[in-house]
Order: sequence, then C-alpha cells, then structure tokens
Amino acid sequence: MSARVNANDNSNLRPVLMFLAMFAALAAVGLIQSWSLALAILNLCLISAVMSLGVNIQWGYAGLFNVGIMGFAALGGVAGILMSVPPVTAAWQAGGGGIAISLVTAVATILAALFAAKRIASRGLRHLVLMVIIVAGYFLTRAFFDPAVEAIEAVEPAKTGFLGGLGLPILFSWIVGGIFAAAAAWIVGKIALGLRSDYLAIATLGISEIIVAVLKNEDWLTRGVKNVSGLPRPVPYEVDLQQALWFQEWAERFGATPIEFSSIFVKLCYGALFAAVLLMVLWLSQRALNSPWGRMMRAIRDNEVSAAAMGKNIKGRHLQVFILGSAVVGIAGAMLTTLDGQFTPASYQPLRFTFIIWVMVIVGGSGNNWGSVLGGFVIWFFWIEAEPMGLWLMDLLTAGLDEGSGLRKHLLDSAAHMRLMTMGLILLLVLRFSPRGLIPEK
Amino acid sequence: MDGFLNAFILLSNFVLVPGMAYGSQLAIGALGVTLVFGILRFSNFAHGDTMAFGTMITVLVTWALQALGVSIYPLPTALLALPLGILGTVILLLLTDRWVYRFYRRQKVAPVVFLIASVGVMFIMNGMVRFIIGPDDQRFADGERFIVKAREFKRMTGLSEGISFKTSQGLTVLTAVIVVAALFWFLNRTRAGKSMRAYSDNEDLALLSGINPERVVLITWTLAAALAAIAGVLYGLDKSFKPFTYFQLLLPIFASAIVGGLGNPLGAIAGGFIIAFSEVTVTYAYKKFLYYTLPSDWAPEGLTQLLSTDYKFAVSFVILVLVLLLRPTGIFGGKAS
Amino acid sequence: MSYLSGENMTGGYGGADILHDCTIGVEQGEIAVIVGPNGAGKSTAMKAVFGMLTIHQGAVHLDGEDISTLSPQARVAKGMGFVPQNQNVFTSMSVEENLEMGAFIRRDDFSGTLEQVFELFPILKEKRRQPAGELSGGQRQQVAVGRALMTQPKVLMLDEPTAGVSPIVMDELFDRIIEVAKSGIAILMVEQNARQALNIADKGYVLVQGRNRYTDTGAALMANPGVRKAFLGG
Repeated sequence: MSARVNANDNSNLRPVLMFLAMFAALAAVGLIQSWSLALAILNLCLISAVMSLGVNIQWGYAGLFNVGIMGFAALGGVAGILMSVPPVTAAWQAGGGGIAISLVTAVATILAALFAAKRIASRGLRHLVLMVIIVAGYFLTRAFFDPAVEAIEAVEPAKTGFLGGLGLPILFSWIVGGIFAAAAAWIVGKIALGLRSDYLAIATLGISEIIVAVLKNEDWLTRGVKNVSGLPRPVPYEVDLQQALWFQEWAERFGATPIEFSSIFVKLCYGALFAAVLLMVLWLSQRALNSPWGRMMRAIRDNEVSAAAMGKNIKGRHLQVFILGSAVVGIAGAMLTTLDGQFTPASYQPLRFTFIIWVMVIVGGSGNNWGSVLGGFVIWFFWIEAEPMGLWLMDLLTAGLDEGSGLRKHLLDSAAHMRLMTMGLILLLVLRFSPRGLIPEK
Repeated sequence: MDGFLNAFILLSNFVLVPGMAYGSQLAIGALGVTLVFGILRFSNFAHGDTMAFGTMITVLVTWALQALGVSIYPLPTALLALPLGILGTVILLLLTDRWVYRFYRRQKVAPVVFLIASVGVMFIMNGMVRFIIGPDDQRFADGERFIVKAREFKRMTGLSEGISFKTSQGLTVLTAVIVVAALFWFLNRTRAGKSMRAYSDNEDLALLSGINPERVVLITWTLAAALAAIAGVLYGLDKSFKPFTYFQLLLPIFASAIVGGLGNPLGAIAGGFIIAFSEVTVTYAYKKFLYYTLPSDWAPEGLTQLLSTDYKFAVSFVILVLVLLLRPTGIFGGKAS
Repeated sequence: MSYLSGENMTGGYGGADILHDCTIGVEQGEIAVIVGPNGAGKSTAMKAVFGMLTIHQGAVHLDGEDISTLSPQARVAKGMGFVPQNQNVFTSMSVEENLEMGAFIRRDDFSGTLEQVFELFPILKEKRRQPAGELSGGQRQQVAVGRALMTQPKVLMLDEPTAGVSPIVMDELFDRIIEVAKSGIAILMVEQNARQALNIADKGYVLVQGRNRYTDTGAALMANPGVRKAFLGG
C-alpha cells in the first residue's frame, strides 16, 4: 500500500518540478533581460499552451494527425475582426446586398447539387446535371459577387475597403472563433476523416492553406495583406494608465516609471485572461478525458478494429474529437489576434504555426493534457530565446574572426535559422529517446 | 480563321507550354514521393526541402563554376553542377535514413510516426538550407534564355500572337522524358528494379525470396534523392531558387502523387500533369482568348479568370479532395493502406 | 533420421508453447502430409521446420545438417522452398516476373528451370505476361508453387495449398504435386482436406493440440478407424 503511494508521489512530483523549472526560467529572463519581455513570452506561452491542448485533444484522444492547425487558428483570428471592428456602413451599402445574394446563390447551388446527387439514379445523367448545376451556379454567384467585392474594396481602400465587423466587445470573438473553427472542422472532418493518417495529414494541410489563402486575398472581408489593425482591447491602454493618478502612485510604490509599469500591467492583465481560459479548457479537457466518453475514445484509438467490431461509430467519434480540438485551436487563434491587436493573414505560416505546435505536443507528452501545456511553454520559450542565445553563441564562436569578415556576418545573420534546425533536432531526439514526452500519458 | 489560330497560339503560350513544363517538374517530384511511399510506406514531408537542398548544392557549385569561367553556352552551367547536386542529396538522404528512419523501420512503428519524424527532418533541412544560402531569391540560371522568342515566332508565322519557348522549359521536358524512361527501364527490366517492385508489392514474400531489404531501401533513397535534386533544379532554373517555395511545392507534389495513386510511378506522372494543367487553366485570364474566338460584341469586360492566381494551390487541393472522396486509391490505383 | 526432419520440437510464437515434442519428417521424392483439427498446430509445425518461429527444444535437420539456428532466408539458400497460404504471389507483377523473383537468390542462368516450371504448369506459360493478381485462385496457387520451385529446392513445403479452391482444381493441384515429388523433391504439406491429402501421401502426421497423435503411411491412416472417425467423417 505504501509502495503505491510512493510511486504516485514520484509521478506527480516530476511534472510539478518541471513546471516550476519553467517558471524559474521565465523569472530568469525577467531578471536578466526585462520583466516586460518575460511577460510577453509568458502570454504567448499561454496561448501556445491552449493551442497544443487543442491539438492534443485530437492526437491524444483519437490519434488524429491534423496538420492544418494554422487554418483553424486563422479562423479564430478572423472572428476577432468580424466581431469587434465597427461596421463600415458605406461598404455595406455599396456591396453588402451583392454579397448576400451571392451567398444565397452559392448555398442554393450546393443544395441543388446535393439534391441532384441523391435523387438522380442514372450515373451519366447525374454527372451531367451536376456539372450543369455547378457551372451555372458558379457563374451566377460570380456575377453578383465580383461587382459587390469591387464596390466594397473601393470604399476608402487606404483606411477600410472592407465590410468591417459587428462592433461587439472583442472577448466575444474568442467564443465565436471557436465556433468558426468548429464549423470548418465539421466540413473538413466529414471529408477527410476515415482516411489513413497520411491522407488526413495532407488533406488538413491543404485545407488550411486554402483558408489562409482566402483570408489573404479576400480584401472585402479581411483587408487581406493590408491587415486590420487597431482592434479594440479587453484590457486598458497603456497611455490611459499612464495618465491615471492612482496608477502613477502604484508605479512609484514599485519603483518603476509609469511607462514601464503600464506595459507590465497591461501584459499582466492579458496574462490573467489567458490563464483563465487555459485553466478552464484544461479543466474541461481533464474532465472529458477521465469520463466514460474519454475512456471510450482512447479505447478506440488503441484498438480501432475491436472497437469497430463492438459497434462503436468510429467516424462519428473522431468527428466529435476533431471538432472539439479545432474549436480550442480557434479560441487560441482569437486570443492571439486580440493580443496582437491586429489581424495579419500573412503571419499564418505553416512552420511557425502548425509544425511548432506539433513539436510542443510531442515534446510535452502526447496524450497528456498537462504535458501539452508544458510542451507549449517549453517550446515557445525555447523558440523565442533561441535567437538571442544563438546570436550569443555565434558571437562567442566567431570572436576569433575579423570584425568585418564575411563569414562572421553570414553566421550572425543566420543565427535565426538555427532555430529551425534546433527545433527539428529536438523533435527527432524526443521522438526517438523519449517518445512519451516530458509528461507521459498515464 | 485567323482568330482561332491566334487563340490557339495564345493558349499554347500561356497554358500549354507552361503546363507541360510545370507538369514535368511536378511529375519528377511526385515520382520521388511515390517511390518512398511505395517502398518505405510513409509520406515523406521532407521531400520539398530535400528538393531545396539538392538545388542549393547545385546553385553553389554553379556559382563556383561560373566564377571559374566554365560555361557550356547555350546550355545553363547548372547542368554541369547537377551531378554534384544529386550526389550531395543522395548522401544527405542516406545519412537521414541511417540516423532517423532505420530505427523506426526496425521497430515496425505505425506510419504516422514516420510522418512525424519526416517533419523533424523537414525542419532540419529547411534550417540548413536557409542557414547556408539564406532565405532570399537566388538566381543561377545562365546560358541562352529562349529557344524561340515570341517576337521571332510572330515574325516567322506572321501571326499577332507568338509562342515563347524558354530553354528551361525545353530542358525540363527533355529531362523529364529521359528520367522517366530511365526509371521505368530500371524498374521493369533490371533485377534490382524488379526486386524493388516486388518488395513494394508484398514485403513478406519478397523477404522470403531472398530480397535484401536494406539494399532495396538504399536504392529507394538514392533514386528519391536524384529525383528530388533534378526536379528542384529544373524548377529553380525555370522560376528561381527561393527556399520557401519548395516547401509550398510539397502540396501540389503530394496532390499529384495521390491523384495518380500513391505508390504507382505511372500515376505520379499522370497526376503531375493533371495538377499542373488544372492549376494553369483555372487561373489563366481568358480575356484575350475569348477576344479572338468570340464575335466582337461578346468580348468580356473583366479578366475572365476562373480563379485568381493566388488560389493556385486551392486548385490542386480541390482535385485532391475530390479524388480522396471519390476514388481514394487514385486514378491508377495505388496502395490504399 | 529423414532427409528433412524436425524432431521433438517444442515452441510457439513468443507466448505459450503451441508445439509439444512434435516430430515430422519427409524423404526425398516422398509426400508427407500434416493433418489434424483446427488449432492443432499444423501450420505452426511446418513454420517451425522452416524457421519462422523459434523452438526452444528439439532440432531441425536437412540432409544430416543441423539447420535449427538458420533464418528462413538462409534455409531457402540451403534448398528449402516454402509456399505460404495467403498472399503468396506478387499480384502487381506478371506471372513470368513472379517466377523470376522466385529465382532471385540464383546467380546462374535459370531459364532451364523456367522452362521446367512452364512444362509442369502449362497454363502459366500461356499467361506469362499477365499480372498474377488477375488470375483465378487455382492458377494463382500454381504461380505460387512455381515461384517456390524456381530455386530448384530439395524440399518443398506447402501451407494448405488447396484452401478455398474448387474440388476439380484441387485434384489438378494434387496431380501436379505428385509430379513434382516424382522428380525427387521432398514434399511436406499441411492440409485441411484430410481425406484427399492422405490419399496421395506416402507418410501422414496427425497432430492434435501440438502433439503427434498418429504417424503412419497415408493408406494406413485412411484405414485407421480412430482417424476415420475423428477426421475423415467415419
């Protein structure tokens, strides 16, 4: 009896120690570099942790390899603008109607196509009718869509040139971001789940590239590469804080200037919000994992054949997990856009998003929620600190070389690229020597 | 009649010729992916960056040769450098297999683990290429740029539209034909090639027949490396060398391989051309074409592009998704699982 | 000791033992058949002789030589041929290519052997360019056997060669097997169709739960009332 208790103590101690070490590292950054920087890193760590949690729900519960995380995060980000930016009435007047009609025709085309696909028995006739419907519907939709888009984008293109949003508080977008991502996941899942893991990976990668391409190019919706900046905030503005008397008194008490303190204060506010979301998602995920539903999911993951033989609807279950995980990623994406204060479609790069998150999940401990959170922290921390560390290392290594040497300059410039290599190396090493990750699945 | 001829020439110049070149590049890339899939049974996500690596080595050697004043005008100097590029890539892939994949092969892990490992390898290769040559655009093509210039063509035929045929495009198609012929000869007429097909078909029976699995794996990686380097260099000569583009190429290449049937070399080639031509035809602005072919009052106002060029990748993906939904084993029927 | 013999074999696939002190053997030019109820360990016994599982007791000898520690590939090199029950051809390759693959370990000119196989199985010569996957079940079995014969083995082992084929095809297959035996090759066969198999067998082994139950000539086993009642339907 006592032996068992001891073993449990040990297994619970390790993760706690690792989290403590993580916070110590952040504190070190605060002391050595700056508290503002440390908090900035912490905030992104929190967001990354939520994202890897979402991925872990798909991977750890159901063994689904989703390489399209980028797209779902971007959908979360788009929710940020669509909820919080005030509507651009001129644009709505110019093209809102046209867009609405084209939406109706597009949906009608899809419905008609589905109807025809189900109702017409003869193959040749069915294909012909489908083609006619799709081609006619496409051109019809474009006929309304194109002029509407042109009109909208013509409205003050330097400042707006898009439809704008609903003007609601930005916190709403966190939930809506999750909903958008869930909806997309439903579509993607219906198509791609049930295929072998390689195909699922490629299909999800493709879908996410398409989503990001749409967001980059449909200026009428997102301003495309012109970006939407100046998004409203859920936390106070630094300038406002600096003006407030009570704030200035606080700053003095901590021995910091109002400017420094305001920056730290704002980051702390964000941090609190993000941490709240993280803890909530974590709590829900743990509850789900340990529930009968969670046990069934893992049973399916571990032995799909027997589960199918027992009559479990595998595809349906996988779809549930896929949607839930993607929703979490969407929420994280919305949080990220909120933190940035702007929506930058071009920033959604597969390496930065999708693959780094995967390294987080694998290194942290696939299948273990706490592990993914830790992985999120550790890998993000490393990703950020790797550049200054790499530069420092390069500086050290090239100290012997001439100041103006081309090689030295090249090596210093390339320090950033070492991050990629080290990330890959970490992934491979963990996969090989510690495949269960830092905090293994129980 | 003149209108139709002009229309045809226009289409050839902007759709047919580029489609042939791009299709050949995708086909060679897809061949590499499909070989690895058929024999090693996993999707190699590092293939795009392998192509980048091979092209990088070739570029560096090309620069060295150019600095030495070596030239094979009118052909690009890169052709001389290509064998070294291939060699470098072969060494890289063999080392990767030895240090990364061999362990998992011995353990007989699930295919998804290989996939994740290939992601790690991809990071490393990506970082290496950027570290060595930097992330920017690099030009290394030289030699005569055009085989036939549009202007000359117009002069020769008297038409108002001309076809320009770049040397890189001609080289691409020619190389593709040679490579494909050589590969098929190898797979179908040599003992080693047949042993690879046997291994891909039925691993246990192949082992029983005395086929040496490590040797098959060695040949596979060598071929994949050569194909990757060749495809990468051809693409780089045609467009330009930018490391990020090669990662993006991964997607249409996989689409090509899957559409044709993963594991089926013939399918990879067919898939490459299907994807390439689809991308080019769907994103081409047909305005001028319609101007030539339709009566003048029907001439369209807008560009008449089915999809904007930014959605090039969407095309390959829609095709991929359709194939996965309707016929997952691909047109020629590859391995389903 | 027989030309090929597995004596007192005890072992399994890693967990519990399946074979217990099992002995089987066959002489050159002879047909030995292993029969028994389902789960008796028939295929396991043959796989043990071929080296596809480890026996921790007993030994396997070929022509007097102890081959117990050799891998299956090494045993093929020593002159053993094996025809698995399932997935025993390269479906995407032509009949001729299948036979070529069968001769993979040979470095000499095997066209003579190829002709011999075509003589034995004329239908294969007819369909030599067709992919093996397109052939009927019985024809595929012929490809599988032909493939194993390409190394000119001294021993040919077949794991349930007539599984899932029609009676006529089964008869034809057995005829061919007899011809192969006549050329001096030792045949060891596991069969579910006990009656027809014992009919052509020189020696028969009845295994029950991994142990030898009856060992005798084919004819004697057919006449044995115990065997008849249990396996031959009285």
